[in-house]
Amino acid sequence: MTDSQHWVHICALTDIPPQGSRVVERASGNVAVFRTHDDQVFALLDRCPHKGGPLSQGIVHGHGVTCPLHSWQIDLASGEARAPDQGCARHFPVKLEQGMVLLAL
Amino acid sequence: MDMAELQGKTRQKLVVVGNGMAGIRTVEELLGLAPEMYDITVFGAEPHPNYNRILLSPVLAGEQDFKDIILNSVEWYAEHGITLHMGKNVATIDRVRRKVIAEDGTEAAYDRLLLATGSTPFILPVPGKALDGVISYRDIRDTELMMDAAKTKRQAVVIGGGLLGLEAANGLKLRGMEVTVVHLGDWLLDRQLDDVAGDLLRRALEERGIGFLLGKQTAAILDDGQGGVAGVRFSDGEVLDAQLVVMAVGIRPNTALAESCGLYCERGIVVSDALQTYDPRVYAVGECVSHRGVAYGLVAPLFEQAKVCANHLAQLGIGRYQGSVLSTKLKVTGIDLFSAGDFMGGEGMEDIVLSDPAGGVYKKLVLKDDKLAGVCLYGDTADGAWYFKLLREGRSVAELRDTLMFGESTIGDAGVQGQSKAASMKDSDEVCGCNGVCKGSIVKTIKDKGLFTLDEVKKHTKAASSCGSCSGLVEQILMSVVGTDFQETPKTKAVCGCTERSHGEVRKAIREQHLLTHAEVFHFLEWRTPNGCATCRPAINYYLLSSWPHEAVDDPQSRFVNERVHANIQKDGTFSVIPQMKGGVTTASELRRIADVADKYQVPMVKVTGGQRIDLLGVKKEDLVNVWQDLGMQSGHAYGKSIRTVKTCVGSEFCRFGTQNSTQMGIDLETMLANMWSPHKVKLAVSGCPRNCAEAGIKDVGVIAVDSGWELYVGGNGGIKTEVAQFLCKVKTAEEVKEYSGAFLQLYREEAYYLDRSVHYIARVGLEYIKAKVVADAATRQALYQRLLFSLQGLPDPWAARIAGSQKNEFIPIKLQA
Ligand SMILES: Cc1cc2nc3c(=O)[nH]c(=O)nc-3n(C[C@H](O)[C@H](O)[C@H](O)COP(=O)(O)OP(=O)(O)OC[C@H]3O[C@@H](n4cnc5c(N)ncnc54)[C@H](O)[C@@H]3O)c2cc1C
Ligand code: HEM
Ligand code: SF4
Ligand code: FES
Repeated sequence: MTDSQHWVHICALTDIPPQGSRVVERASGNVAVFRTHDDQVFALLDRCPHKGGPLSQGIVHGHGVTCPLHSWQIDLASGEARAPDQGCARHFPVKLEQGMVLLAL
Repeated sequence: MDMAELQGKTRQKLVVVGNGMAGIRTVEELLGLAPEMYDITVFGAEPHPNYNRILLSPVLAGEQDFKDIILNSVEWYAEHGITLHMGKNVATIDRVRRKVIAEDGTEAAYDRLLLATGSTPFILPVPGKALDGVISYRDIRDTELMMDAAKTKRQAVVIGGGLLGLEAANGLKLRGMEVTVVHLGDWLLDRQLDDVAGDLLRRALEERGIGFLLGKQTAAILDDGQGGVAGVRFSDGEVLDAQLVVMAVGIRPNTALAESCGLYCERGIVVSDALQTYDPRVYAVGECVSHRGVAYGLVAPLFEQAKVCANHLAQLGIGRYQGSVLSTKLKVTGIDLFSAGDFMGGEGMEDIVLSDPAGGVYKKLVLKDDKLAGVCLYGDTADGAWYFKLLREGRSVAELRDTLMFGESTIGDAGVQGQSKAASMKDSDEVCGCNGVCKGSIVKTIKDKGLFTLDEVKKHTKAASSCGSCSGLVEQILMSVVGTDFQETPKTKAVCGCTERSHGEVRKAIREQHLLTHAEVFHFLEWRTPNGCATCRPAINYYLLSSWPHEAVDDPQSRFVNERVHANIQKDGTFSVIPQMKGGVTTASELRRIADVADKYQVPMVKVTGGQRIDLLGVKKEDLVNVWQDLGMQSGHAYGKSIRTVKTCVGSEFCRFGTQNSTQMGIDLETMLANMWSPHKVKLAVSGCPRNCAEAGIKDVGVIAVDSGWELYVGGNGGIKTEVAQFLCKVKTAEEVKEYSGAFLQLYREEAYYLDRSVHYIARVGLEYIKAKVVADAATRQALYQRLLFSLQGLPDPWAARIAGSQKNEFIPIKLQA
């Protein structure tokens, strides 16, 4: 990605529960921002590649999330569904700076 | 040099001899556990990658092609960095220098060695056994030989009337040969069937044009003068013409290689419960081993071995293989037979037999000490999987005895549209109603992906992965494709892929070690994943909370979204809100508030539920807290593995038939059980007289008033499988109703596995056990009841807690500044 990328300040890391998520509202589809047990952050389009379930509402484990509708497991870093399921949720660049979560849209 | 190569230098070397089903299954399991641990080299004598030997029979019968039965392609080995030597027979093992040497001189050094050499067909020591045209039935080559022979030759004799022999005979017949099966025993499949079923099978196969000679001993195979087969002569002098002879008289564990390097062998290579041979660096799995004196010849037990062996190769060292109970099914399309366990019966055993030879149906159940010890089914095998489950679980069938013979459907189980027989279903028939999966696609997936277990089928097809009511059907389909049933017993079944531990073991550890958090559980039980998965985390959360009330702290992140936000997620991501309405009783002011909320938040639908309360459907997540606040009512827990509702009828207050005040009883029970978490949902009902308007017969606890008191029923279920509740006891006072039903529910909370409904729990432990604890023993009952009250004491209403501000972030979306 290039430097021209537009980083948006989202919230503080502590505003997201550990192993939880927050939803960022966006006209072209909400983005789910996840915080894992090791305080890393990830961002995916909040739409499961299976039937569009809200990934933000799933259980976060390791660096994955399980969709609440039919239990597909989605890898947080790549957005790819774990085998045997196949599909991909769009992922967004996201980073931590001084305890603040920044998202590139 | 890249990272992988660098790491490779420190990796240990694993050599696998035998590129067959058990060996490669072990490698697959190992890759799942410790993908980086070994550099793996595989030697296989056959010039093929690992294929599904079981499906040779459909190939011979012309139902499938060779290419369909490959389980692991050559690319698969490459992708996993496995060095594959196809068509290389290992001739020597040098245990001192720790290397194996193949016939062509290829060598490979090992740190650990896995022997999976399978078995060799037994060849009768008769004159003529080496003639051209005498073959066994074991691998692709044999199958090709038979298919070729069928093109040019007319008559075939199959020696041996066992599973393999009959499948070979059927295939050759379908390919146009005249086939006679010669069998030493008095009936076919004498190791799998009793005489009656064996005769039925013979008649069915005779109708397909296969001939049989029973009680015949082969004396010689005759030479046609050019080194080929001319026929078979029996010990009584009779001669049968044939140009092809298939020997299917049994298999012998292939121990030649192991013996040549001095490993201790009996009937097979002797292994411990860890699948380790007498040389600690050498492991063995599959048909070549002898475990506790038994050598197995079906894939199911071999796969259980593979799992345990992989666990030890990965140096996790916690699995033990303790032997398997077997079941068998003949894979001849159109013929249904199934047997398992000790189906011959004998001293101290009882038989229940249903025999309808004209209708082609025969069923025999063998009971010992009120438990199912053996099953032999012919013609109608729909309930094979169910019987096999009863057999493996070793559970008492005393209460089922009257209807046992008529199968699971008589005790209230059926798939969608009442289907209970997979065999009679068309490919286009739907099996799994939840996920819309039809029979044809399940069969195809099993074959294409090489699946063997119910869990695998669930993962790949999604069938039986939601409500699970079609599991039985899916299991039947699986059995009819792979010819055997491979499922771990619930007792030993791991909670999920993160661990080897079963539900029982996890709960035991939590109790005995006083574990209070997920982290402690993961650490103490050596979880493989850093923080579990969506399957184990909610289960552990429940076990923690129920084992250590007021001590363990609820972890919202380990709850399914419905329980985390205290509302039911809908398919469009909105939620439904159901406030508590004890006993179905409400007031004008509550109704007014509900109406106001519906207007204010533009709730798309307001619906009366089946549990006598009102549902507001389509509420947005960010409105939830405000909706609850405006309602000013308590959570109805309609979303949780928890108490749901207590349904009531009008009762004696108004109804002319009522004998007791059922409405007040319901309100009291619902008040007592408020905020109760449980292994699965819990529903109650109270009726004011035996007319039972509240339908108490299909609730986890059903209370029916009679003139002299109350009758209590437990274990009912009105879901997909309707289960009628069983009578527990009769009590006199309302206080007793609370004590007895509370004690029962606490027992269920303490002992049922997570996601078991009360009916499943009772099926596991037996109603007698429940009665002993809850009815007969007053001290135990009171202790249970007190523990329930203690657990529930002071639990906050979750909606009130949220209104007060707990976890408020959960409900507030982040908006972007434009
Ligand atoms: C026609 C047929 C139908 C069957 N149907 C069923 C069924 O319906 N249900 C069921 O449960 N089971 C069935 N079985 C049995 C099942 O296939 C076996 O139990 C299973 O394949 C055994 O697995 P294994 O790994 O132990 O042996 P195999 O799969 O036989 O693998 C052993 C491999 O090791 C190789 N090997 C041996 N020695 C050496 C050496 N020294 N060097 C290199 N390679 C070596 C062999 O060539 C072979 O490829 C059937 C078997 C056959 C033949
Ligand atoms: C350089 C490569 C890529 C570019 C330029 C790109 C660009 C885009 C754009 C512009 C959108 C529409 C975004 C929106 O609606 O807000 C989109 C959507 C999507 N992308 Fe990509 N993408 C790329 C790679 C990927 C990859 C690798 C995956 C999967 C792993 C992926 C999965 C998706 C999906 C599933 C959507 C649909 C989202 C929806 O349902 O609205 N994309 N992509
Ligand atoms: S169950 Fe009996 S008491 Fe209750 S409403 Fe029906 S008839 Fe009346
Ligand atoms: S929508 Fe996510 S699993 Fe189906």
